[in-house]
Amino acid sequence: MLNKTLVLGVIGADVHAIGNKILDYALTEAGFKVINLGVMVSQEEFINAAIETDADAILVSSLYGHGELDCRGLREKCDEAGLKDILLYVGGNLVVGKTPFEEVEKKFKEMGFNRVYPPGTLPDTAIADIKKDLGVE
Amino acid sequence: MKAVLLIDFGSTYTKLTAADIDNEVILGTAKAFTTISTDINEGLENALKDLEKQIGRINYTARYACSSAAGGLRMAAVGLVPDLTAEAAKRAALSAGAKVLKVYSYDLSLNEAREIEEAEPDILLLTGGTDGGNKEVILHNARIISDISGDFSIVVAGNKSAADEVFSILSKSGKEVRVCENVMPEFNTLNIEPAREAIREIFLKRIIHAKGLTKVKSLIEGILMPTPSAVLNAAHRLSAGFGDEKGIGELMVVDAGGATTDVHSIADGLPTQSGVIYKGLPEPFVKRTVEGDLGVRYSASALVEAAGIKQVEKLTNLPVADIECCLKVIKESPEILPCDNEKLSKLDFGLASLAVRLAVERHVGTIETFYTPLGASYIQTGKDLTGLKTVIGTGGPVINSSNPLKVLSQALYDEANPALLKPKQAEFLLDTKYIMAAMGLLCEHHPEVGIRIMKKELMKL
Repeated sequence: MLNKTLVLGVIGADVHAIGNKILDYALTEAGFKVINLGVMVSQEEFINAAIETDADAILVSSLYGHGELDCRGLREKCDEAGLKDILLYVGGNLVVGKTPFEEVEKKFKEMGFNRVYPPGTLPDTAIADIKKDLGVE
Repeated sequence: MKAVLLIDFGSTYTKLTAADIDNEVILGTAKAFTTISTDINEGLENALKDLEKQIGRINYTARYACSSAAGGLRMAAVGLVPDLTAEAAKRAALSAGAKVLKVYSYDLSLNEAREIEEAEPDILLLTGGTDGGNKEVILHNARIISDISGDFSIVVAGNKSAADEVFSILSKSGKEVRVCENVMPEFNTLNIEPAREAIREIFLKRIIHAKGLTKVKSLIEGILMPTPSAVLNAAHRLSAGFGDEKGIGELMVVDAGGATTDVHSIADGLPTQSGVIYKGLPEPFVKRTVEGDLGVRYSASALVEAAGIKQVEKLTNLPVADIECCLKVIKESPEILPCDNEKLSKLDFGLASLAVRLAVERHVGTIETFYTPLGASYIQTGKDLTGLKTVIGTGGPVINSSNPLKVLSQALYDEANPALLKPKQAEFLLDTKYIMAAMGLLCEHHPEVGIRIMKKELMKL
């Protein structure tokens, strides 16, 4: 165990459950304590779970194209809730259409996410980043 | 014949039930006003005299009692996030039969500390953080609570990583502190049983003494639990069965009163339809909710306000002026019984019906439809009780109602409000002799007998 807690979930009205289960499995195998909120998770649920479990990072998935709308304001709400400097990760099909990933990444970083992942990213990539960011390499 | 005497020291009445456990029958019931301010024995003696008149003098082999006198078991609950540990703390307190004065979340402020001090709780339940989760808030709250004056006990059921430090902070205040398992050891996992047990032990050890109930100790083997806890115990036993005596399965008890209405459900309440996503804190199998604003006497005005006077009009066929007039009478003399007053009797029917309807609506879960880019999704929060088969009615306003079946049918599913997961088709049982609390006490020592008596005595409507 790495003694690090991650809150995981699929944001908004999105019901894509399979990737969420795979991430839960991979992150747990990697030694993290995973608080998996499942699908259709609101910003408030992410924040409440992170407060109560003293989480180190929040991992947001979005597959249905409404990610930008669903994720906007999450960083500000975290600040408001006292989750200062908590790491925010987001990944999936974040926007509809053929926007180049660089633009998507820029947009989400401006929204306060620490790392942004394009579709098709393997769990190992994210796990390596999280370990690095949390200093548990 | 082996007779036991079961006593319920209520806030208004001291109620007695004599049961013969050899023949498994109720010998008689009686009641008299509770005399907590002078000597609680007086009321008990008066009720005993009344009972003797009916069934003669009997040598009881045992006497067991429950109590909600002197305000019942008064508790304050403190947690971290309102929907999470604060809610878990509230449920633990309610399941222990407490009257929950207020639930606090996040860092306690000095104002809130003063409020707790003025509310004079008997027990404060302190929670916060999952095991290994947030520590700062529960530590802060422990420091604040240790400065609150007043003679109350504290049950600590929060983050285990902070428990030792919380204990040492609170112990310095000189208050009795009990540490038990976390009410939410893992995120969204409810574990209220250890806290409930700790609350009950403190109730037995300290609260009874503090409330002047020890004076009757010579007469009875012991006050076993707060009254709501006894009703919950009876419901649980009747549902689950014991030994060779089978239970009757999942059920709900609606206990309407003058000041509050309690609803107990013994059911898992998991989604009954496919494709439903469950959200929120898992529900306890044995769940109690209390509505402080739903009662037919002390809370009559609040009840009418909560339901809307139009609803009262519709149920009673009384004009608004008459309703208001009757409410005034109730306010002036809350102990009034309808007797020959036709209007009051009509209003009482309406009030009892609305108390049952609203209390059950607040107890059951809800289902919401969400239209997503992928089609409709359903989210359930709370218990789905649509498949529940038995509803038991107790409490004066239901038992003494002119039409208990109609009153209790308010507990059923309403087509007009399909989001509320109330029972769709249920059989109604009425606690005509008002014995639920007594049977909860009896079940502590003779569960099979208690279950069989309930099966016999609860009347099918």
